[in-house]
Amino acid sequence: MAGLEAEIARWRSRVGEVPAMNGRDLDELEGHLRDQIADLVELGLDEEEAFLVAVRRIGKVDDLSREYAQEHSDRLWHQLMGSEGSEANADRSGWLDAVLFGVGAAIAVQIARLAAGFPGEQPAWLGRNLSFLVLPFLAGFFLRRRRAPIAAWLTMTAIFGVSALLVNLYPYVANADTDMLVALHLPVAMWFVIAYPYTGGEIGSHRRRMDFARFTGEWIVYYALIALGGGVLIGLTTLLLDPAGVDPELIAEWVVPTGAAGAVVVAAWLVEHKQRVVENMAPVLTMVFTPLFALLIAVAIAVYLASFGVVFERELIGVFDALLVVVFGLVLYGVSARDPEAPPALTDRLQLATVVAALALDLVILAVMAARIGELGFTPNRTAAIGLNVVLLVGLAGAAWHLARFVVGRDEFHRLERWQTGYLPVFAIWAALVVVALPPIFGYA
Amino acid sequence: MQIDKDLVAAAATPLVLAILAEGESYGYAILKRVRELSDGELEWTDGMLYPLLHRLHRLGYVTTEWRTPPEGRRRRYYAITRAGLAALEEHKKQWATVARALGDAWGGPDLMQYGLEGA
Repeated sequence: MAGLEAEIARWRSRVGEVPAMNGRDLDELEGHLRDQIADLVELGLDEEEAFLVAVRRIGKVDDLSREYAQEHSDRLWHQLMGSEGSEANADRSGWLDAVLFGVGAAIAVQIARLAAGFPGEQPAWLGRNLSFLVLPFLAGFFLRRRRAPIAAWLTMTAIFGVSALLVNLYPYVANADTDMLVALHLPVAMWFVIAYPYTGGEIGSHRRRMDFARFTGEWIVYYALIALGGGVLIGLTTLLLDPAGVDPELIAEWVVPTGAAGAVVVAAWLVEHKQRVVENMAPVLTMVFTPLFALLIAVAIAVYLASFGVVFERELIGVFDALLVVVFGLVLYGVSARDPEAPPALTDRLQLATVVAALALDLVILAVMAARIGELGFTPNRTAAIGLNVVLLVGLAGAAWHLARFVVGRDEFHRLERWQTGYLPVFAIWAALVVVALPPIFGYA
Repeated sequence: MQIDKDLVAAAATPLVLAILAEGESYGYAILKRVRELSDGELEWTDGMLYPLLHRLHRLGYVTTEWRTPPEGRRRRYYAITRAGLAALEEHKKQWATVARALGDAWGGPDLMQYGLEGA
């Protein structure tokens, strides 16, 4: 008997190495194995034979690994997202692609900088076109990694090309607000365009969208880390070379834009291939920051309700919008990092509290803005701000509804996931609308 | 008779849903029922059933619960939902259409003799 238990334990630890399988799955499979062994022993086999037959029937570890990976891609999305699977990635880790496309982005940015005479001159077209200098290289990186067909390359080229034409052919007046708004919203719209090559064309799939949301979160973490390291490096270089008579301006002009552009692609590559490093950090980060943001929002509501309408300057509304976007992102990221099978826990309640607080804040901002628009009419900035607020309001309300139903046990967690991923295109469409429709509506002012 | 792998894969979902429509069950019992229903002709590696069940759960076709029955070991039970029953109906329609088309194409009486009349 002890022999059988030892055999089962050994089998369990071997199957347990399958990355897409968790403890509950193992329990389930082990239960199956034990049922099978019991039946076979009843038929007259001895325990050892029964064990061997039962193990054979359950299947090879490799096959199990593949099947579980397909169903539970969220548990190892970083391995799967190469979509050609781990075996293809072994011989081609992609660092060369990352370097090539990263260097491409850096060169594009530097050429544009020289053409614009930045930082001496700061023409509006530079800020407006920043997305087109960098993001096509990121798209190219993913198209290459996913071994996309020619049609996909052409589609992406067409999307970037048409957007670039549109944005640059608009006859903005000097220092136009709409120009600023385009510069702000275009990167968002174009980032969603990246979802197409990232998901290998499967943008309709909720799971792939969730992968993309996860990717975006990880990418931000990596980019921030690289920026931090880069900042230290540049600071030290400046300190070292300044006494030797090297102009620190030179470093700022050449190294910073190059690094910032290249890091966009390099961070994406890191997310894909060194994902495990932050994999355990990401949920922790969201867990730490979710309650803190809830607190921040609650304080903000209290402070600004006390002084209603007086101090709501335009910049402040922008700050609040940014805060709400961060909250939506935190919740989305938290959702994407969570095990959907797990029952409701304290973190879910905290998240619900944060979302409800954000909703309340959003309503306050909307009330203030509605009053302001009623008084002073629509301007490009107010339109963009109120639109974003409405988009956020609906998104957060849906998230709160599904989260609340999940917390009280009335709904599956997947509903919340589906709501979140289903809502993502609304953000993309809104950003695209601001870029495309707002300038002509307001006379390019 | 060796049934083609793709055909087995295609039949797996409706078969499992149909078995769960008979009443809640757990993995090992479902597989036993599959063998019983197909006289052992329709076989797949046991381990493959679970990812399939997990997919059905994700789609909302089944609910699951860990339970320990009296005098039994702790098992994960699966029960079909209303959405699962609707999906099963959809599968039945599709299979009936396929069976009819094949029957017509082969010019035989039709495949109804193979027990698809309920479909």
